Amino acid sequence: MLLITCPYCGVEAEETELHAGGEAHLTRFGPDSSDAEFTSYLFHRENPKGVHFERWRHVNGCGKWFHAARATDTLEVFGTYSAQTTTPPKDILDTIRAKRPGFRWRDLT
Amino acid sequence: MSDVQLALGGASFDGLVQVEELAGQGMITLRGDLTDDAIVTAVRDVFGVTLPGIRETAIDGAQGALWMSPDEALLLCPADLARQKTDDLSAKLQGAHALVVNVSDARAVFRLKGTMLREVIAKLAPVDMSPGAFGPGMVRRTRMAQVAAAFWMDDASTARIVCFRSVAAYMFGLLSISADEASAVNHFTR
Repeated sequence: MLLITCPYCGVEAEETELHAGGEAHLTRFGPDSSDAEFTSYLFHRENPKGVHFERWRHVNGCGKWFHAARATDTLEVFGTYSAQTTTPPKDILDTIRAKRPGFRWRDLT
Repeated sequence: MSDVQLALGGASFDGLVQVEELAGQGMITLRGDLTDDAIVTAVRDVFGVTLPGIRETAIDGAQGALWMSPDEALLLCPADLARQKTDDLSAKLQGAHALVVNVSDARAVFRLKGTMLREVIAKLAPVDMSPGAFGPGMVRRTRMAQVAAAFWMDDASTARIVCFRSVAAYMFGLLSISADEASAVNHFTR
């Protein structure tokens, strides 16, 4: 069972109280972008076995969106952090680097 | 004003706990920065309580405030005062970045009475209901079976549960099944 702590209300919520929102930290490409950029924004997603960064919403709870860093193979959650950021905070990355040396996710290592 | 009709006409069930649809509960949603002094002061003036901290309740008699999210509180008062208090609070918050709405008629409220209430709730919600983890003074927004709900404990043997009025019958059915004498697990009383 996946237990994720909501950074807004502090509840260690079980999966059914949350809703997955897909990959985190996407760069949005709009009308003036190239076809390649728009295709990449719309369709291309990471599908790692291991470290992944995702958006989640505490839907049956405080209702807030937030980010979670977790491992897709073990369901280990490295940490959760605010939705108001475009990159994972340093402490989360440090935790992951310590636990999963050499991990790679998009351009993060 | 026309008579307020309860969703289930005040239905009740006696089992492991007494389940009762509660009449006369006024509820007002406040959206805004709950740490903003202007908002805290306005709520104190109108409801007589200080806005509670994260996942806490502040209740004084029939009035109170429940923490719903970092920018949302549910304010409690008698139903017949809800409209007036909504207007009073809105007036005091003129110019502040806040929203006040009377949601009394949009919700159904159930009261559980009895020492088995922890078990009755624990069967329905993914929440640790052990006395060390949840108790009076705390509020939890969660789901109960398939619908969104919030509950809090007034004391060790009284809890109130709020859900959308449209799912009142479903909620009453859930609570009645969970409180059925034949379904006792006795997890928290062992």
